[in-house]
Amino acid sequence: MLTTLIIIAAALVLVILSVIAVYNALVGLRNQVDNAWSQIDVQLKRRHDLIPNLVETAKGYMQHERGTFEAITKARSEAMGAKSVPEASKAEGALGEALSKFLLVVENYPELKANQNFLAVQEELASTENRISFARQSYNDQVLFFNNKTQMFPSNVVANMFNFSKRDFFGVENAAEREVPKVSFS
Amino acid sequence: MVMMAAVLLALGYVIGAAYAGQDAGFIGLIVAAAVWFILAMVSLSSGDQILLSASNAKEVTHDDHPQLVNIVEEMKIAAGLPAMPKIYIIPDPAPNAFATGRSPKSASVAVTAGLLGRLNRDELQGVIGHEMSHILHRDILYVTLAGIMLGSIVLISQVFLRSMFYGGIGSRRRYSSEGKGSGQAMLIMLVVALIAAILAPIMAQLFYFALSRKREYLADAGSARLTRYPEGLASALEKIAGDTSPQLEAANTVTAPMYIVNPFKKVAGMSLSDLTSTHPPISERIKILRSMGSGVSFKDYSDSFTHVTHRRTIVPPAALTKEDIALRAAGDEAKDKLRRENQMRQVGDIMRKVNQFVFLTCLCGLVLKIPPNYKSDKVQCPRCKRMLDVPSPTSPPK
Repeated sequence: MLTTLIIIAAALVLVILSVIAVYNALVGLRNQVDNAWSQIDVQLKRRHDLIPNLVETAKGYMQHERGTFEAITKARSEAMGAKSVPEASKAEGALGEALSKFLLVVENYPELKANQNFLAVQEELASTENRISFARQSYNDQVLFFNNKTQMFPSNVVANMFNFSKRDFFGVENAAEREVPKVSFS
Repeated sequence: MVMMAAVLLALGYVIGAAYAGQDAGFIGLIVAAAVWFILAMVSLSSGDQILLSASNAKEVTHDDHPQLVNIVEEMKIAAGLPAMPKIYIIPDPAPNAFATGRSPKSASVAVTAGLLGRLNRDELQGVIGHEMSHILHRDILYVTLAGIMLGSIVLISQVFLRSMFYGGIGSRRRYSSEGKGSGQAMLIMLVVALIAAILAPIMAQLFYFALSRKREYLADAGSARLTRYPEGLASALEKIAGDTSPQLEAANTVTAPMYIVNPFKKVAGMSLSDLTSTHPPISERIKILRSMGSGVSFKDYSDSFTHVTHRRTIVPPAALTKEDIALRAAGDEAKDKLRRENQMRQVGDIMRKVNQFVFLTCLCGLVLKIPPNYKSDKVQCPRCKRMLDVPSPTSPPK
């Protein structure tokens, strides 16, 4: 009788200990995902801050490209209003597209391309785009680790128990294609 | 590294035994380790500052050179370094760069002004990626420790050889007051120690060079992976190799492995052989980077390495996991270059037309531009080797 009790108690302790271990691992991974996201977020903010500067510098040279500027400004305000990762992923993708279109148009304005201020902003923008793409790589890696952990047995049991929901990738095709909830911007 | 440590400890043991009998071998071993430890501590506590100030490097901020600082920050994000390295510019026309610092937390990157002047953004990114990989792999610590080990081995051998030469061995004899057999053993030990003292520095040097070269390959692989654009580094190495400015002033043998390319120019007529160089041949590094194909992971570099050199891979198996990192597109400047080349070609063609060159399109698609003073009426196409009739410039076009 006593032996059975001891065995049961030991098994229980073992289960509790392993649940604690898995829980801690999940928390650690989730924090890493959050940390990686904040790295992207910093760069996205940087991108948003650079755009007014870019538009301001270029406007004087490009009187006939109002449409391009409007597209950028609109994409920017949509991106700034994004609340979740899939929203941001889609909006930032659109902003990126608008920016690369703009940079193509710039090719037709040699005086603008020779402007020192514009070159400086362009360098900052190029660097920011690179940083976003490098930060995205590590963010998506972390999300993959975390999602695997929340979906694979046996850690998925613990994940469900404590409501660890899976995270979204950033800037990957299928994430952008996902249905996007309505974004309100005025 | 382990091999060098073995050489150092064996040398210490043998010399200790030769000095004061076999029992003292371990004392010699401990002394050798202590010499290495003390030298290592001294150099690690102030090594990077000495190196930077010796090369007259100036720390720069975003205001001084935005592009350089931006690129370093990009690579810092790509490498996931915990802190931003300090950035220095060395006022020297020779194109080169190095990284220093004990840990990824307190590292520095230095580039020469000559490098900044010659490379475009993608190329500079490749070079910074290489230096970042040195920091990330803790190569600076590794190579410094190995360098100090080499120094210790040379120091100990020199002290021993000189003491043999000047002090003579007779004075040491009194420690062994035992019988004749023991004296004979002593003599054998002495000979062994002499040979060891002569050979050890040479062996250590070879191990050191091998270590340094391996680390260079790994940093190249790391750069390709971080930038996702091996062509950047390849083209940077090409430019650096083709450079003719005088050798970097501040370089010396101990600091040489830290640089992206060997700061010592080859002396004419004396090619640095494979075994005695801190860096792999640049042409080989470029070839490996260029034959990497469409992937940029360590696995891809390793495959390309074995393909180019026909040697066993230098990438440690732990890093050989299948990673799926795709190549990125070239930056704007590379495209710009292409466009500029096209522009140059167009301008050149206009000039030739003005100068009455004959333009002849071969069946293979190559356009031959024949100068007006070309005498023969036949010409061979350099690509497909067809013989073509040269229309005379005065004859009316068909």
